[in-house]
Amino acid sequence: MTGLKVKTMAEFMAEGKEPDILFWVGSAGSFDDRAKKITRAFVRILNSAGVSFGVLGSEESSSGDAAKRAGNEFLFQMQAIMNIEVMNAYNVKRIVTTCPHSYNTIKNEYKGLGGDYKVQHHTEFISELLSKGKLDITGNLSGKRVTYHDPCYLGRANNVYEPPRELIKSLGVELVEMKRSKRRSFCCGAGGAQMFKEPENGTQDININRTEEALGLNPDIIATGCPFCNTMMSDGVKSVNEGAAEVLDIAELIADNI
Amino acid sequence: MGMSNIVFLAVFLTFLIFFIKNLRRIISNIRLGRSIDRSDRKLDRFKNMIRVALGQSKMTRRPIAGILHIIVYLGFLIINIEMIEIIVDGIFGTHRFLATIIPVGLYNFLIGSFEILALLVLVACIIFFIRRNFIKIKRFWSKEMTSWPRTDANLILIFEVLLMSAFLVMNAADSILFTKDISHYAVAFSNPVSQLLVPLFDGMSTNALYLLERFTWWFHIIGILGFMNYVLISKHLHIFFAFPSTFYANLDPLGKFNNLESVTKEVRLMMDPNADPYAAPSEPSEATQSFGAKDVTDLNWVQLLNAYSCTECGRCSSNCPANQTGKLLSPRKILMDTRDRITEFANNKRKKIQDNKSLLGDYITAEELWACTSCNACTDSCPIELDPLSIILDMRRYLVMEQSAAPTELNMMFTNVENNGAPWQFPAADRLNWKHD
Repeated sequence: MTGLKVKTMAEFMAEGKEPDILFWVGSAGSFDDRAKKITRAFVRILNSAGVSFGVLGSEESSSGDAAKRAGNEFLFQMQAIMNIEVMNAYNVKRIVTTCPHSYNTIKNEYKGLGGDYKVQHHTEFISELLSKGKLDITGNLSGKRVTYHDPCYLGRANNVYEPPRELIKSLGVELVEMKRSKRRSFCCGAGGAQMFKEPENGTQDININRTEEALGLNPDIIATGCPFCNTMMSDGVKSVNEGAAEVLDIAELIADNI
Repeated sequence: MGMSNIVFLAVFLTFLIFFIKNLRRIISNIRLGRSIDRSDRKLDRFKNMIRVALGQSKMTRRPIAGILHIIVYLGFLIINIEMIEIIVDGIFGTHRFLATIIPVGLYNFLIGSFEILALLVLVACIIFFIRRNFIKIKRFWSKEMTSWPRTDANLILIFEVLLMSAFLVMNAADSILFTKDISHYAVAFSNPVSQLLVPLFDGMSTNALYLLERFTWWFHIIGILGFMNYVLISKHLHIFFAFPSTFYANLDPLGKFNNLESVTKEVRLMMDPNADPYAAPSEPSEATQSFGAKDVTDLNWVQLLNAYSCTECGRCSSNCPANQTGKLLSPRKILMDTRDRITEFANNKRKKIQDNKSLLGDYITAEELWACTSCNACTDSCPIELDPLSIILDMRRYLVMEQSAAPTELNMMFTNVENNGAPWQFPAADRLNWKHD
């Protein structure tokens, strides 16, 4: 993909400038092939709205979320303190991220270690762009059925339920809710470092349980706001009923319709 | 003061002393936990307690169980106003003491309300019993609900049915005795529910009625005193501990996990280029705490208070993604195990027995802990905001930081984060490659 305007914080600094916000890409958004598409979609939105933003590039390191939730507090704090030193050196004040895990840990857990930032999830940020008139939805997905899977670390963990839904509705689609939604949302199975290991023995995989619930509504699209949820739900659709629905991040839905 | 008043006073004081003694024992067990500062935001804490414990705000998320519970809860709170009267009558030999000091209309209103509530409680408890034992609602029959937890719940329901029945029979007998012109029973009161029972006892002799009234009166008071004491060895302790548990609950966003200060100290020292690695520690006598929790004394006192507050309703486990897909993990079991272990630990400590057991291993297995997705469904669904997730996390911390016993794939993830700053094996230099793809 060409034409993406992305500058690192180091490049801004070399010019003696500071961007308005830091886009925290996250390890998944940097390295996972599926998540990289979400990263690019979000940058297209940022470019289209003319947002002044920087990324850390090679200076970004794992937020430490997975390490912390797996019980490795040492590793988490090493990562956090390192990231905080980098971000404070660049005088970062505002952060936006496409990963609810980074969002949660930077917003809530970095504060006690010397990192105090205003952190937003990309759906909150895009909502603001829309309401400020910096972004026009030109496409229309009317006739499509969309269901939204709440990521645990965005929803229950931080009470962000509405911005993602407003964005979906702004596309003129029919938003259908799963029975377990919002506060009652059922985990995709990847949180708490489960993303990096095989599940324990059980009767069913968690992502299958959740995907069956989503597909039960016959949606055209399962929308999420988390790279891990995206992987889990995509895998779920593949094993439950391949091709039954597309799994897309809200950033992708918006980027394709502006 | 007659013989029966002396007997009453003795019985009453005995039960009360036992209650206080055993309650203090539980509080001292809770104090075996590590310290945690929850002395901040007192007003918010108080409001949270009023809303969640007193106001039952989270109960109606399950409407049937929630509404039935609110009936039993209100009944318990309001009918116990009657206890004041029973205690005064018991000690001084009066009859319906309250009627002599408050207006007749108010007294009738009170007793009438008590009777209606008693009937509602009775019905609610019977429905609860049917739900548990005949409809067999799933969350009451999961693995950790072995025979004692099931018996415990049933005993409480049977107890409440008997107490409410005794109260209504007592009023029915009393209202008949009133018509017999016996000076002691010369207090009129309205009895909208118990009057329906009058035909059952109408033919009885005055003496038999007197015995019935006395029996149910004693049954009621001894029942309540006994119930209070039973609660201390039962899952039913939530009737008291829901209040401190909601007061000391975590008020932060659910996603925020605590940062271990002991770790911060070491990490800062490690990353400080000026630190002298061979310097003698500044506080040499400081007791070394393990990182994370192996046994109950490694948990903090709020976590232990939580364990004693759990009434085993199972809402946490019935919303837990791991539990619902057949994994071993059950957040309810985490709390039950913690309670059983702290009780065992403290009893053994009093007897100076070293039992060489621990919560991790003897009660909770690593397999249970590793199944958690940290999704917070358990903490969110708990009607009194207990936090089994924090116990799971503290035990994971022990497994990882003290025993290096994480699953292999997680160790690989740790190594990747350490070596190249990402959970996967990609070099940091490639972090911007998405730009060009």
